[in-house]
Amino acid sequence: MHDVSVPFYRRVEDALQKTRMRQAVQHTSLRAMESRRAAIAELDASDAVRDAARAIRSRTLAALDRHLDTFVENVERNGGTVFFAETGGDAVDYVRRLARDRGVKTIVKGKSMVSEEIELNPVLEGDGMEVVETDLGEFIVQLDNDRPSHIVAPILHKTKEDCARVFKEKLGASDEDVAGVPQMTQLARRVLRSAFLRADMGITGVNFGVAETGSVCICTNEGNGRLSSSLPRIHVAIMGMERLVPTAADLGVMLEVLGRSGTGQRLTVYSNVLSGPRRAGGDGQAGEPDGPEEFHVVIVDNGRSEILAGELAEILYCIRCGACLYACPVYQQIGGHAYGSVYSGPVGSVLSPALSGIHEFHDLPHASTLCGNCREVCPVRIDLPRMLLRLRAKGVEAGVSPVWITSGMKVLGWLGTRPAMFAMAGRVSARLAGFLAKDGWITSMPGHLSGWTASRDFPAPATESFQERWARRHGGRS
Amino acid sequence: MRPARVQLLVTCLVDRFFPGTGDSVVTLLEKAGVTVSVPAAQTCCGQPAFNAGYDAEARALARHTIDILSASDDPIVVPSGSCGDMVIHQYVALLGDDPEYGPKARAIAARTYELTVFLTRVLGVVDLGATASGTIAYHACCHGLRGLGVDAEPKALLAQVTGAAACPLPEAEVCCGFGGLFSVKMADISSEMLARKLDAIEACGATTIAVTDVSCGMHMNGGLRRRGSAVRVAHIADVLAGATTGDAS
Repeated sequence: MHDVSVPFYRRVEDALQKTRMRQAVQHTSLRAMESRRAAIAELDASDAVRDAARAIRSRTLAALDRHLDTFVENVERNGGTVFFAETGGDAVDYVRRLARDRGVKTIVKGKSMVSEEIELNPVLEGDGMEVVETDLGEFIVQLDNDRPSHIVAPILHKTKEDCARVFKEKLGASDEDVAGVPQMTQLARRVLRSAFLRADMGITGVNFGVAETGSVCICTNEGNGRLSSSLPRIHVAIMGMERLVPTAADLGVMLEVLGRSGTGQRLTVYSNVLSGPRRAGGDGQAGEPDGPEEFHVVIVDNGRSEILAGELAEILYCIRCGACLYACPVYQQIGGHAYGSVYSGPVGSVLSPALSGIHEFHDLPHASTLCGNCREVCPVRIDLPRMLLRLRAKGVEAGVSPVWITSGMKVLGWLGTRPAMFAMAGRVSARLAGFLAKDGWITSMPGHLSGWTASRDFPAPATESFQERWARRHGGRS
Repeated sequence: MRPARVQLLVTCLVDRFFPGTGDSVVTLLEKAGVTVSVPAAQTCCGQPAFNAGYDAEARALARHTIDILSASDDPIVVPSGSCGDMVIHQYVALLGDDPEYGPKARAIAARTYELTVFLTRVLGVVDLGATASGTIAYHACCHGLRGLGVDAEPKALLAQVTGAAACPLPEAEVCCGFGGLFSVKMADISSEMLARKLDAIEACGATTIAVTDVSCGMHMNGGLRRRGSAVRVAHIADVLAGATTGDAS
């Protein structure tokens, strides 16, 4: 799911040096925010629609066990098979065994973040199967041995020149093949089309499972989701446990906010609702002409039950639109890879430690100024800053906070409840700063504070504080 | 009923770093017709500890501040969206279940106001007869804007300033990269965010950027000074009180 072998600050240093990547991320993020703004503004009562979407997520999760039962019952009634995977490993094992049992040689994949989370591809490839990502962005990521940097736009960090290079290196494309975006798309289409035709298994993610109908809804803008799910003889849909809506009407509300928030579209171009495998004929009824022979839904828990039971349950409302990534001024600077997890940006800074533990990802909740723009754009109004704060507190409890910060906060807590000492500390610091400051400003601070003065001056404290002055002027009266 | 008296929670940054801004706040409130008291023994509201995840320390500081402010029933004015959000929203989050301090936290929250909200919404004052020179733009500090919904209030107050031109600041609602401890813990990212903000500030043509938080102002001014820029960020109280060359600059 992630790469945290290098510490976060190093990953940030690396990211900040990639000027072209950062320009690409910022450019695309700002454009996406603009599209989102326009698409959301079209709704008569956008706040009410978002409230409704939030209410759906909230009541679904409040009775998730019941909705899951209904969903499973209906998938099976439709002729599908459901496997409930407690861990990512369980999910991988199921898919792997299924593929082996059925003699699968080629697998086409629609975009699925949960399959990235459980690290499915390397295992299947290790078994000698050909696995082809068919989302254009994921296809390029796979060709380049890269990782997706955004949950919706996997190659947000790449420019079209980067893509041209990948096509030339990995597909032997000519200059003509990569002359422009349409040409590159055509080339990818040719390569992918033959993969679709030879594949015997298709694996996709699930945007929403609909409990009352036992359907899975897959949203793509390239049509690769429906080719992956309908051409090969086996379709495996991998779904995060929380991705349910109770009814088809609820699905309508969610699709409304998903497209607008994620990509600035009124509706994602291909919003397919799939209900079971190809039905055989009989009783005078003709059989269905297309669709897979087998339909499997793998429901992945992998830590979600635990999140659901705790104070971070709200993060499971997330519908993976990606708006909070675009909206985050930190994400805009460092891109997705620095987060070291398939889930980046504000939602990733909550989800990654929530799923994998605070120790591995203790830095991520701090990679935010708590500016609140993520909460502002979230289609289901997740209070991301609140959860980042909860995770910071968990980190403190777990003892992963740096000693200098712990000491500083203990001093602040001690002094702050002793006003006379607090005032004296203020006077002492003003005196000390007097030695460092020139014209009222300090241009170089020691130790951990040097990070500030690397790019900014710091004002010297006043020798007489406001309260001291007030007491002097008002003869000690408050 | 229009309050006759207010308690000023001056904030620790204004207290020790920008006392002149505290004077400006008092000037404005008195001009608007209220008597200002400054409850003694104010320290820090606890926001830095809360933001860093040190809830125990934050609670201790919150209880101290609540005690100080509970001595009077007068409304409380805070010249900061960040500390205002702490007192108005986070005290209840931290102490809501506390049998003694829960009710006190809610009572305090209900009568605490960010400065510009208090002036415009509670007192109904928009025109403070302020004069200034140069060109003023407004940067929306995050916690005020998205935590407390402070937006129209400072803009309305600034619109009444005579003698100065106004200009829009592009990306006025994008964070300057301060974020408290973030600015030193994640100094590299913070610096890049600041650079983006300062580029916008320098390109917009303003000579003064008005803000509702001295913390963000301190951050941006520190960067502007390092760049050798002549533009200054000033707390809105300093702009409105005609003290734009006070401590905050």
